[in-house]
Amino acid sequence: MNMDQQMKPFHHALRIRKEICIGCSRCIRVCPTEALRVIDGKAKLHPEWCIDCGECFKVCPVKAIVVEDDDIAKIFRYKHRILLIPSIFFAQFEEKLTLDAIKGILYDMGFTELCTVEQGADLLVDEINRYVAEFEGEKPVISSYCPAVVRLIQIRFPSFADRIMRLIPPLEITAQYYRNEYEKNGVPLEDVGIFYVTPCAAKIAAIKAPVGGYISPINGVINMSELYNKVFLAYKQKGITENEHCTLIHSSISSVGVRWSMVGGEADIFRGRALAIDSMPNVIEFLERLENEEIKGIDFLELRACDMSCCGGILVQDNRFLIKERIDKMAEELPEKHMLDQEFRNVCSGYIPMEPVEPRAMVKYHADLKIALQRMEEARRLRDQLPDIDCSACGAPSCEALADDIVCNRATMKHCVILHAHRANPEMMEKIWGKKRFIKK
Amino acid sequence: MNLSFQIQGGDFTSAGTASSQVRRTLKELGVDASVIKRVVVALYEAEVNVVAHAYRGTISAEISPDKVFMKLVDEGPGITDIEKAMTPGFSTASQEVREMGFGAGMGLPNICRNADVFNIHSVPGKGTTVEITIQFK
Repeated sequence: MNMDQQMKPFHHALRIRKEICIGCSRCIRVCPTEALRVIDGKAKLHPEWCIDCGECFKVCPVKAIVVEDDDIAKIFRYKHRILLIPSIFFAQFEEKLTLDAIKGILYDMGFTELCTVEQGADLLVDEINRYVAEFEGEKPVISSYCPAVVRLIQIRFPSFADRIMRLIPPLEITAQYYRNEYEKNGVPLEDVGIFYVTPCAAKIAAIKAPVGGYISPINGVINMSELYNKVFLAYKQKGITENEHCTLIHSSISSVGVRWSMVGGEADIFRGRALAIDSMPNVIEFLERLENEEIKGIDFLELRACDMSCCGGILVQDNRFLIKERIDKMAEELPEKHMLDQEFRNVCSGYIPMEPVEPRAMVKYHADLKIALQRMEEARRLRDQLPDIDCSACGAPSCEALADDIVCNRATMKHCVILHAHRANPEMMEKIWGKKRFIKK
Repeated sequence: MNLSFQIQGGDFTSAGTASSQVRRTLKELGVDASVIKRVVVALYEAEVNVVAHAYRGTISAEISPDKVFMKLVDEGPGITDIEKAMTPGFSTASQEVREMGFGAGMGLPNICRNADVFNIHSVPGKGTTVEITIQFK
């Protein structure tokens, strides 16, 4: 790792629309890296700490947090307009809107080729098993699938960065495969537009700013919720139309592929001891325990930031449990292996290795340990004076975070609204919170 | 920066609290991850030893800019033969403790291996004191 790589800023796919934000503080309390503060009545994001997980997006009551995706109109810049569709996309629709109907609508919208994303997954089954078996570092190996988890590890668990599996995810494998197919057939690459429908913000960020020096062949990322609305509207207005191109190219993905983005998608194909953990609090809890050296003997970890993995993606419509059920049904009807497995293998094996993930630890107090120690001691002293209610009325996610902000000169004790209120009306405040809370320790 | 903890003998559910808190503190300070790992391994082993063998104990951790000094003082049966206890594989842990995945007998040598300075002092029938120093550089 060199310094340039370390300093390369994260690309973010989440943005706060200041004009809409009401500064309610809901988002700052759910952020797993405490990257948000309320300042001047608006939520503000610390760009070095944000991991694009979308927890803030989920809780925003006024939709002030938006996902920076590509306009669908961008596809018309290209002669060949390829859409990579994850299985989840199809699973959002009620059963009466069949796969063929959805495909017909998408072709009518201007795409020239539709491909399922998880075709590339089958290739990874043996690769993951081999990778873990040959891995010389400390286990468990951590899956590289979920980009929000990869960034969480870079920032909050930097010592695990070297455990992240250095194999690119199925999406990138599939994208590489199609680009290669067009190139092989003599199509100039500037005519080829590869687009991906994303269930989350983290995948956008990962495509626009991948790990290391990798450049994704994906030319644009389309918001799944937007595309869902467009497809559903077309269906409501025009009903199911016949489309002559109505086939999904290489559509027969395997049951392994279709389940890849579900909880257990990777862990179940692993032949050693593996765990599948979903949702941000669960992932953090487990990584903390791993860091405590309390967990031994696990070979592989599938970690997904969203509850129910990608079924719970922030841009996925419909209920995540219903989506899981539909995916399971799809899987039952599919073969165990993808029909293009061997072809993928021949074309893509060279693409699979991923560059190492660089750690980017948060500097909490100061890079100089002596100053850091002084600041930490001061922050602990301040914390004893703060009410320990974590109301976030100061604009920080917790009393602990406010104390840290104070010692780093980003806030003052005056920010504590509770202490003000206590000074103004001690009887009332003590009646609610008790006398003890306001005794300085 | 001083941290202190109380431990109860037999309370395996809370074993690891001290090492977890010390780990978190060192991480927040930006101490090198490989150093933190040694601290966690050594302190966790020592902490589990108190839970598994003693009646009760206290742990203190003193963090300075260049090192962490940890002291575990317990009231318990003590160790009669420290040299023997330092032998890899030697264990006096009961079957019950072993069934919980502890007491494989690697405790003391493992602590010693991860520490820069390791002191152990024991009075049979009274208790044991363990001191661990780990340098940051």
